Order: sequence, then C-alpha cells, then structure tokens
Amino acid sequence: MNWTWDVIFENLPKLLDGALLTLELVLISGLIGVMLSLPLALMRVSKRRWLQAFPFAYIFFFRGTPLLIQIFLVYYGASQFDVIRESALWPILREPYWCAIITFALHTAAYIAELLRGAIQSIPKGEIEAAKALGMSYPLMLRRIILPRAFGIMMPAYGNEVILMLKGSALASTITLLDLTGMARTIIARTYTPLEIFLAAGIIYLIISALIIGLFRMLENHFNRHQQAREKPQDLDAQH
Amino acid sequence: MSDASVALEIRDLHKSYGSLEVLKGISLQARDGDVISILGSSGSGKSTFLRCINLLEAPSSGLISMAGEQLRLKKGKAGDLEAADQKQLERMRAGIGFVFQNFNLWPHMTILENIIEAPISVLKRSKDEAIARAEELLKKVGLFEKRHNYPSQLSGGQQQRIAIARTLAMDPQVLLFDEPTSALDPELVNEVLNVMRDLASEGRTMLIVTHEMRFARDVSSQIVFLHQGRVEEIGPPEQVFGNPNSERCREFLSSHL
Repeated sequence: MNWTWDVIFENLPKLLDGALLTLELVLISGLIGVMLSLPLALMRVSKRRWLQAFPFAYIFFFRGTPLLIQIFLVYYGASQFDVIRESALWPILREPYWCAIITFALHTAAYIAELLRGAIQSIPKGEIEAAKALGMSYPLMLRRIILPRAFGIMMPAYGNEVILMLKGSALASTITLLDLTGMARTIIARTYTPLEIFLAAGIIYLIISALIIGLFRMLENHFNRHQQAREKPQDLDAQH
Repeated sequence: MSDASVALEIRDLHKSYGSLEVLKGISLQARDGDVISILGSSGSGKSTFLRCINLLEAPSSGLISMAGEQLRLKKGKAGDLEAADQKQLERMRAGIGFVFQNFNLWPHMTILENIIEAPISVLKRSKDEAIARAEELLKKVGLFEKRHNYPSQLSGGQQQRIAIARTLAMDPQVLLFDEPTSALDPELVNEVLNVMRDLASEGRTMLIVTHEMRFARDVSSQIVFLHQGRVEEIGPPEQVFGNPNSERCREFLSSHL
C-alpha cells in the first residue's frame, strides 16, 4: 500500500486542536470529578447507614454501566424531558460539550470516590486516634491528617484513573465533538487515509499519556516525600 | 501529698463488649503530681481503662472529671456512653496527653510538623511560638537534630520520645501512657523510660500502664493492680511490692520481678 505521510503534516494543526479539546475535557471533568468524589467518599466511610446508601447506589451505577451509555443518556436522554428543556439548565444540557463534561465528571467521580474511600480506610487507626487524643475536631482531622494521608496513598491509582479517562474521552466524538478522535474521523472522511491519521492520533494520545504519567510521578513524590526519606533500612523496629 | 488538688477522677467506670464485661467498676483519683502505675496481666483491662478516660474507647457507664470539671456523657445508640458535648470532649482531650504503644506519629509530616500541628490547629498558638516550644521539647528528649526528618527515619525509641514531645507540646494537665515501651526492642526501652522518669521528677501527673516493674516501683506514688476488670490492690509502691494484701497480686509480682 501507499503511505501518504503528507496528510499527517497537513492536518497536524487540526489534530492538535482536537488534542487540546481532549485535554480540556479530561482536565475540567477531572477537577469536577475530584470535587464530587470528596463528599461521596466521606458519605461512604460514614458510620451512618443512611448516608452510605446514596454513594453506594451512585458508585454502583456509574461503575456498572458503560461510559458510552452514560454519555448517550445525558446527551439524548435529557432532551426528552420537558422539564429540562424548559429549565434554566437547558442552554447547558443542549451543548454536547457540557454533556461530555458532565458525564465524564460524574463517571470519574464514582471511581475516584472508591479510590478515596479505600485510601481513607487504609490509614492506620492509631494515626487517627493520635489526632483525636490531641483534641482535634473531625473537620480539622480531615483537613490536616486524613485527606493529606489519603491523597498520598491513592495517588498512583488516581494517575491510572486519569489515563483511563483520557482514553475514555474518545467517546466524546460520538456526540459530535471534535476531540482528538472526532477530529481524526472528520479528517479521514475527507482524505480517506485512516491508517495515517489514526496512527498520528494514537501517537498524540501516547504523548499525552506520557505527560500525565510524568505529572503524577511528580505528585506522588510530593505527597509521599516521607517514603523516599526512608533511605536507610536501619530502623526495622520503626515499622512495627 | 493529700493536699494537692484532684487532677483526674474516675468513678465507677464500666465497660462491656457485648456480654463480656471488661471493666467492672473502676474508681481512681489522681492528685496533682501523682504518678500512678497500673499493672495487671494482659486481659485485665488496663489499656481499656486508660483509653476510656479520654473516650478513645466508649465506656458503658461511669464518671470522668478533670480538675473538677465533669465530662458530660450521654447514652449512644449502641448503649455505650458518648460525649454529650463534642467541644467539651475536644477541650478535655487537649488537656489529657496520651502516649500510645505504637507511637502513632503522622508519617506524612516531619518531626517538627508532628509536634507543632495540634498546638497551632487546636490551641491556636502562633507558628513561631509553637516552633519555639517544639524545639525546646526536642532538646529535652534529645532529638533536636532530627526535627526535619520523617518518622520513618527514626528508631522506635526515638519515635516514642517524639510522641511524648508531641503530647507535651499541648501542656497537658495529665499524661496517660499506654504501655509506651511494649513495642520497643529491649535496648531501646531505657531511653524512653529515662524521659518518663524526668517527667515524673518534674512533678507531672501521670497514669502509666506498663510491664516495667522496676520502673513502676521507682517512679510511682501509687500502684494500682487490676485483675479481671477490678482494682485488686492499690497503694504506695513499698506496700504493693513489699507486702501485697491480694494473693493474685503477689503471684503476678513474683512472676514478673
């Protein structure tokens, strides 16, 4: 077969535009997702049964159904309700961009909430007791001890989740958005060069993944300074 | 010793786990400057008793008061007691130092950060003031040069000395020690006991759950021997170690000395 490399370079600006939208979708939905995950995780670790029920159902739904179905439900589903079409939310919910952001945010929030819950529950009980014994209130403990510890613990797994969302964001192309995948498909429809363009798009995804991995390595180092600090294995007794 | 005011008073403390009654009515009074060691075989309820004092463990019934102020308690759902006023509990906890068997330093903070955290966030001291006090305490426990290290870089004995400094930074009225040397290698026990000995000689009020019999005999003004959730023997160390009334106490001591 004949490779037509020129087509990649000619369309590179467009592909980069798409990549920018992809990044934007992942970043904004990720930030919203983190914010949503915090109350979800806290309700999930609560001792009160009735508080656990909502995040349980929420997480069950968003982890148990395909992201594609979720995005369709929001994009095609919302417009079926008169209440929504007549509401103040309609200017937002009729935009595919916001539908994608909302869906991704809700989706990733479920996963992050589970990671956060696991991290909070894996903090040794004694560290929390020490905070209690010093007279700290629950909000104070949360802010100074529990969450900083939990973020450190969950950081590697969270980096993984961001990579998964990066790849999942390709589904935004199914609701007309020209993200990296959407843009690639549009170019191919015109040029009939699927191999070259999809290859180029794949490479751009790889580069973004590499950047995210690097970013999370930095974040891990920041949150887990104390672990690198343990350079000498002299203090074996310090571990029990 | 008897004119000093009462620093801590516990009256008729009970604690059950389901149908198992671990504490069967313990009363204890600590006056200012008292050093009370609590002895007993494992399962006698001594750690549970100590943890009930600042409600790390929920007592089933009983009264707890510190410097004349009674901790307000109410029945919780599970039948155990809980603080009726969370703010009061937090204030009283800030005044009761608690040293754990496993140190429980926060691994994500440096030594200095561990010590200044609660003085700043709970007592609302200024950062400069908290640091100055922390450095003073670090010198006192002999670990000033470790202030920028993380807990994982320290030995168990060093970590426990830091944990004691962290507690002292709150200027507590009473110090509770829950088997502070039980998790340490034998050669590290003394460095911690020496710090505690200094505290006792400063006239601090201390309740110590320990298995270090000689230490208990040396520093204590009172010895309490717990057996199956009851105070089996109580008195000055000369009496309890020299001539205990209880047969069980006698047996326990002879097997531990």
